[in-house]
Amino acid sequence: MTQVIGKPIKRKEDPKLITGHGQFTDDIKLPGMLFATMKRSRYAHAKIKRIHTAEALKLPGVMAVYTGKDVQDKIKPIRSIWLVPGCNLIPKDRIPLAVDKVNYAGEAVAMVVAESRYIAYDALELIDVEYEELPVVVDQEAALAEAAPVIYDDVPKNIAFTWKAGDVPEEVFINAEVVVKQRLVEQRVIANPMETRGAVASYNPGSGDLTIWCTTQNPHIHRITYADALGIPETKLRIIAPDMGGGFGAKIAVYTEEALVGLAAMQLKQPVKWVEGRQEHFLATSHARDQVITTELAGTKDGKILAIRAKNIANLGAYLSTMGAGVPTIDFGLMVTGAYDIPYAQAETIGVYTNTTPTDAYRGAGKPEASFQIERMINIFADKIGMDPVEVRKKNLVAKVPYTNAMGCNYDSGDYHGTLAKALEAIDYVGLKKEQEEARKNGRLLGIGISTYVELCGLGPSKVAGAIGFGGGLWENSSIRVHPSGKVTIFTGASPHGQGEGTTFAQVVADKFGIPLEDIEFVSGDTLIISMGWGTYGSRTTPVAGGALSIAADRIVEKAKIIAAHELGVPLEDVEFAKGIFSIKEQPDQQRTFKEIAWSANNAWNLPDGMEPALEGQSFFDPPDFVYPFGAHICVVEVDPDTGMVELKRYVCVDDVGRIINPMIAEGQVHGGLAQGIGQALWEQSVYSDKGQLLSGTFMDYAMPKARFFPMIESSFIESPSPVNPLGAKGIGETGTTAAPSVIVNAVIDALAPYGVKDLPMPLTPEKVWKAIHERSDGQ
Amino acid sequence: MIPTSFDYVRAASVPEAIQLLKNFNGEGKLIAGGHSLVPLMKFRITTPGTLIDISQIQELKGVSKEGGRLVIGALTTYAEALGDPLVAAHLPVLAEAIQKIADLQVRNKGTIGGNIAHADPAADLPALALALDAVVHITGEDGEERVPIQDFLFGPFMTALPETSIVTAVSFAIPPTEGKSTYLKYFHPASGYAVVGVAAVARKTADGVINHIRVGITGAGDCAFRAENVEKYLLGKTATLENISKAAQLAADEVDMGEDLFASSDYRRHLCEVYTERALRKVLL
Ligand SMILES: Cc1cc2nc3c(=O)[nH]c(=O)nc-3n(C[C@H](O)[C@H](O)[C@H](O)COP(=O)(O)OP(=O)(O)OC[C@H]3O[C@@H](n4cnc5c(N)ncnc54)[C@H](O)[C@@H]3O)c2cc1C
Repeated sequence: MTQVIGKPIKRKEDPKLITGHGQFTDDIKLPGMLFATMKRSRYAHAKIKRIHTAEALKLPGVMAVYTGKDVQDKIKPIRSIWLVPGCNLIPKDRIPLAVDKVNYAGEAVAMVVAESRYIAYDALELIDVEYEELPVVVDQEAALAEAAPVIYDDVPKNIAFTWKAGDVPEEVFINAEVVVKQRLVEQRVIANPMETRGAVASYNPGSGDLTIWCTTQNPHIHRITYADALGIPETKLRIIAPDMGGGFGAKIAVYTEEALVGLAAMQLKQPVKWVEGRQEHFLATSHARDQVITTELAGTKDGKILAIRAKNIANLGAYLSTMGAGVPTIDFGLMVTGAYDIPYAQAETIGVYTNTTPTDAYRGAGKPEASFQIERMINIFADKIGMDPVEVRKKNLVAKVPYTNAMGCNYDSGDYHGTLAKALEAIDYVGLKKEQEEARKNGRLLGIGISTYVELCGLGPSKVAGAIGFGGGLWENSSIRVHPSGKVTIFTGASPHGQGEGTTFAQVVADKFGIPLEDIEFVSGDTLIISMGWGTYGSRTTPVAGGALSIAADRIVEKAKIIAAHELGVPLEDVEFAKGIFSIKEQPDQQRTFKEIAWSANNAWNLPDGMEPALEGQSFFDPPDFVYPFGAHICVVEVDPDTGMVELKRYVCVDDVGRIINPMIAEGQVHGGLAQGIGQALWEQSVYSDKGQLLSGTFMDYAMPKARFFPMIESSFIESPSPVNPLGAKGIGETGTTAAPSVIVNAVIDALAPYGVKDLPMPLTPEKVWKAIHERSDGQ
Repeated sequence: MIPTSFDYVRAASVPEAIQLLKNFNGEGKLIAGGHSLVPLMKFRITTPGTLIDISQIQELKGVSKEGGRLVIGALTTYAEALGDPLVAAHLPVLAEAIQKIADLQVRNKGTIGGNIAHADPAADLPALALALDAVVHITGEDGEERVPIQDFLFGPFMTALPETSIVTAVSFAIPPTEGKSTYLKYFHPASGYAVVGVAAVARKTADGVINHIRVGITGAGDCAFRAENVEKYLLGKTATLENISKAAQLAADEVDMGEDLFASSDYRRHLCEVYTERALRKVLL
């Protein structure tokens, strides 16, 4: 067996998916299954006066209609899992169906259950809800104003929390040679996985067992929450995450519809399915980012950064979503210094309720926001002191790791300067600057953008989770079962949903046991089969669940070796294991294969005294610390001055994500992350009217990035193993969304330098860019 | 994303389709490729009682040459038109435009007649139809009719098509020999439809005097329109950069521009000018 770790193995999960044999939530069909639809509020803020359901109930095929009053004593509010301490947090839980008042457009007010999906949709139109409109506030800054409408009587000024970390003595700013300050807006975006959310619930009235198949990145967190909400024992609820068409953070959150479907199945004693429509998804699944960040940077004239101070006003939407409080505080605040050695740092966040869809994690969650502000500030600082932004980066980049940043985060491995040097060489920075100079002489607007980002991933040590108010552990569970035939099944508590761990985990185990990849199966996403686990997000699956996997595999090898020594009649020390063969030192003809030992362990005819039969290994791995992927990204754009269109000409990225198990999958993660990050920089934006109507609520208006928008990505890796997990992996899923927005914005602002443009808010749509050029040209 | 319930019938011929339209008395709706109609039904913007499927009427498929015109059967799909040798020989600009419509799946189903009959203000073909002096062939209760495209397109999703009539074909004038034609499109980043699409057809004499010019613009306003002021300005003038640039300034003259989240009316007006100038340069220089 040759080593497979590090090889670009084709994904084991793909043949099933690309031949249409995947099983997604909507593919699940059970006998007697009913369909649920949700009546959603037209208004962003209104009192519910009456709900008329009689007409809907009369429609043949309608089995039940539930309103908020019907379910309020049957399903508890869905609690947020991350109650950040020390910030006077007032959590407002999502309620299953609104009772007295709706707080955002799209909030569910009633559920229909009918014999077919068509009837269930038709019935929605027969439900009449009488509302009394209330004043609406959608913008978080406006929500803080004295005269702003207040959404909750017990939340003055709509402030859900005020959080602070770090402290910069005022003198640092007073005495600094240079201070720059900029207001930067992380616009609201909407994760649009190809598969929207959905759930199928099935109840056995005899046993009281409830099974819910649903689109979740973390089935065990869903189980804990829904069991509590429905008032049933955790042991009576099984959550299954079948195949999933992406999540991007939006399927971490625990929503209400899945619990409602569970309740309906229990009450009607028939299976019930609900599948979110795309327009419904735009309204009902969590939105993201929507943070207004004002950062001040103090530095010296020759480019040394002394301090950074960021103020973030975060729009939480109408309710506190699952990780809603953690994303703009801990996830953001701890990383505001980026990859730079900055002695003083301070981050403050105000969380604000508004009449909008709740916000939550979105690929990167907090780290992209932190990275965006520091990377933009570096360029703004460089511009102010007249220095090349690359030089400012070189001057401030962390010189040596391990390094502890001003907030206490321990950057784990790698060479920050070397990585930047490699990226500069890959794009020929010196040549590029010359080319840009020439282009400018000819009136062409060429721009170069750069980011040397770092992110905090691999969540994480459970002690830290407890300290930061995360309502659970962050360890992970992997187990390996060696069957009598020598075939192997991997079980993990992480819940990959497109990332490819079915392949990469098999690669790890194939190398550990010296067996072919075909012999290894992968199971995840079922709370009945997997005892416990915390799910897939925060680039944690490979570092944490992969760590557990590696330890579990070692445990199996250890036991197998003892059996081999016993069978071969030699002391344990004399047995060597390599490439699937147990052999005796200096006696290579005496050997046992992994397969043979698997059979021996399982038949138990001749095991060492006291040894238990079977060959299974399990590990619950709690990492000692987080991991810190970092890298240098550089791009070239050209702006068409006539239309303002931005053409992305080149994108070079060098990422140090620790050990790479499958370079093809790694590259795929980079490409996807970049598309999403560049999408935020150039096209994506969720827009509300003043009345709280979502104007960008379909794909006709919300611009998802398309393949044709991108050049070939020039991606390469440096592998500096992380010391905090056995695989040395650092996580790769979120590098693109963390790095790309600032790379692109820095490039476009650089392109517009001849017009004196200093900053523009994302997304940099052609009209915005054209106007910036147009206004400046008129003024000249 | 689920339409209301509806009935479905398939018409085998044009007279049968017309009879069915009559029978259903305004409640029937023709379906051709379904790629504009079905999305509207799923949004429940349109809720027809009965769909009358005309997609299998073979006599409404195919391309023929009649004098200086190509007549394209209403049910010819984009993909069929794209692969047609007459289109390749006489209307390469139609092929150029079709390649800019949506994606392969849509082009395999969507029809030329459906595109024109639907009169989507952001669709591509209306611009081309205007620049190629298209004529819409209509059959109704009272027989056949031929309506010039400018009289056919009324406003957003509005046409001169009587309720019980059907578009049987669209004919396009073959551009003059030695002339040039082009279709330039500014794609909406979300929908892929035209924010602005400019079709231009032109010919000059040996000494550079413009003796034929048509400019059709789609996407920008409520309805595709002919940029007649541009045409008037250029006709009889020599094709110089300066003349082109001056003419292009008139592209959206006297026309109300639309507006959406992506592009304001000011920006659309500006884009009309920029894309007209670019199209004119391509066909005149
Ligand atoms: C994802 C997507 C992207 C698209 N992008 C573009 C684009 O970039 N540019 C573009 O131009 N279009 C685009 N379209 C629209 C597409 O081109 C449609 O197929 C076309 O506009 C309508 O043709 P159809 O045959 O599908 O008509 P249908 O959807 O069947 O019908 C549309 C309307 O026309 C009527 N109708 C159809 N045929 C006739 C007839 N012969 N006589 C009378 N009435 C008739 C119908 O009753 C209906 O009201 C897109 C569509 C989709 C789904």
